[in-house]
Amino acid sequence: MQRMHRPDFGALMSEPLLQAVNLQCERDQRILFRELSFSILPGTVTRVEGPNGSGKTTLLRILAGLNHGWSGELNWCGASVAGQREVFLRNMLYLGHRPGIKSLLTPMENLRALMAGRRPVSDVTLSQALQGTGLAGYENVPCRNLSAGQQRRVALARLLVADEPLWLLDEVFTAIDADGVKALEALLQQRAAEGGAVLVTTHHDLALPGMHRLVLGAGGVTDER
Amino acid sequence: MNAKAPPAVQLAGSSVGVLAAMKGVFARDMKVAFRQRQDLLNPLLFFIMVVTLFPLGVSPEVSFLREAGAGILWVAALLSVLLSLDHLFRHDFDDGTLEQLVLQPQPLFLLILAKTMAHWMLTGLPLVILTPVLGVMVHLDGNSIAVLCLTLLIGTPVLSLIGAIGAALTLGLRSAGVLLSLLIIPLYIPVLIFGTGTVAAAAEGATVGAYLALMGAFLMLAVTLAPFAAAAALKISLSNG
Repeated sequence: MQRMHRPDFGALMSEPLLQAVNLQCERDQRILFRELSFSILPGTVTRVEGPNGSGKTTLLRILAGLNHGWSGELNWCGASVAGQREVFLRNMLYLGHRPGIKSLLTPMENLRALMAGRRPVSDVTLSQALQGTGLAGYENVPCRNLSAGQQRRVALARLLVADEPLWLLDEVFTAIDADGVKALEALLQQRAAEGGAVLVTTHHDLALPGMHRLVLGAGGVTDER
Repeated sequence: MNAKAPPAVQLAGSSVGVLAAMKGVFARDMKVAFRQRQDLLNPLLFFIMVVTLFPLGVSPEVSFLREAGAGILWVAALLSVLLSLDHLFRHDFDDGTLEQLVLQPQPLFLLILAKTMAHWMLTGLPLVILTPVLGVMVHLDGNSIAVLCLTLLIGTPVLSLIGAIGAALTLGLRSAGVLLSLLIIPLYIPVLIFGTGTVAAAAEGATVGAYLALMGAFLMLAVTLAPFAAAAALKISLSNG
């Protein structure tokens, strides 16, 4: 996969993009995590780890601003996220369990609709992105006729045109074949080299050089390199 | 690009304008709806069936139909809008499109306004277009039919907008249908009363300006307030999902 969008290296930043301070989340009278503090630096890939039910998805949804049942502090570039929601949303890309793909629309139409609220992208770029995820020839086939893996790839095509510095990716490796996994790993690494920050949850054996790990567990929370 | 470039990334610039984003949401909803035409026909068929069954079930007398016709059409329209409400957010919720909508940088209430407009164009507007035909069927006179169409034209967007609040509130629930009706019907009643009242006044030869102005006020109130309420409700529903 080759990224279509090349960020220009104008503003050099070494301060954390996203900073969580003392996050605590309770779900169904059970504390998922407490006193969770971490920083997401530009140019890093962070893997959120933990057994099923340890709150990986919940954590990502909290960071994305979808889940409101938490306490603590979330900062974007040094200031509270709550006070600059529009800026934060513009700079953050979240891909969830449910990929946000309409089965009645074609990959092209889906991608166009997803980008409509973000930034203007030409159809040529979008079809290049689809080709980049191995969907060449499927641009105008309704997504319900595609396999589960291909539907995921439609969502992943967004990563090839994304200019958001922060990516929150929840279980992106699901239903992707071996070649696709390799390409996606390379993409994440390339993204980190470009200076983007990636937070990813996966049960797939992801091991990128220099990858950070954020371990959520039943007994407590550790934040280690 | 130099692969050894220093790790730096620029913050994304300003996002797409609000209008362009609303257009995107609207266009997608229209496209999806026209790929699934039977869903579009459902509320219309329901509307036609209720109106045709009434004369058979109650009385085919011209005098009865002339008196009850407007009410029958209004109730049928109201119920068919109610029927279609569950679809407003449900599919988007299931496939994750709704999450992406909430995460768009534009104000959510405006995007929901665009969604609701699409919903009205697909359910309310066809009902208004069908009304003259069904109006003739229940022996309404020309003047009444014109006023009835006008009240439905003003009233059905109100139904869609209020309905959006209910649909957003009941989104996370497993059996939302009954609760949605219970929540929404009381809010629909004033619209129904003024809608049928306007037609009744027109049939008696009174001027309907004041009635229509009141319905217009309902519409303005719904356009300005309902999207805010629906946006807040959506965020709560998604937070639990």
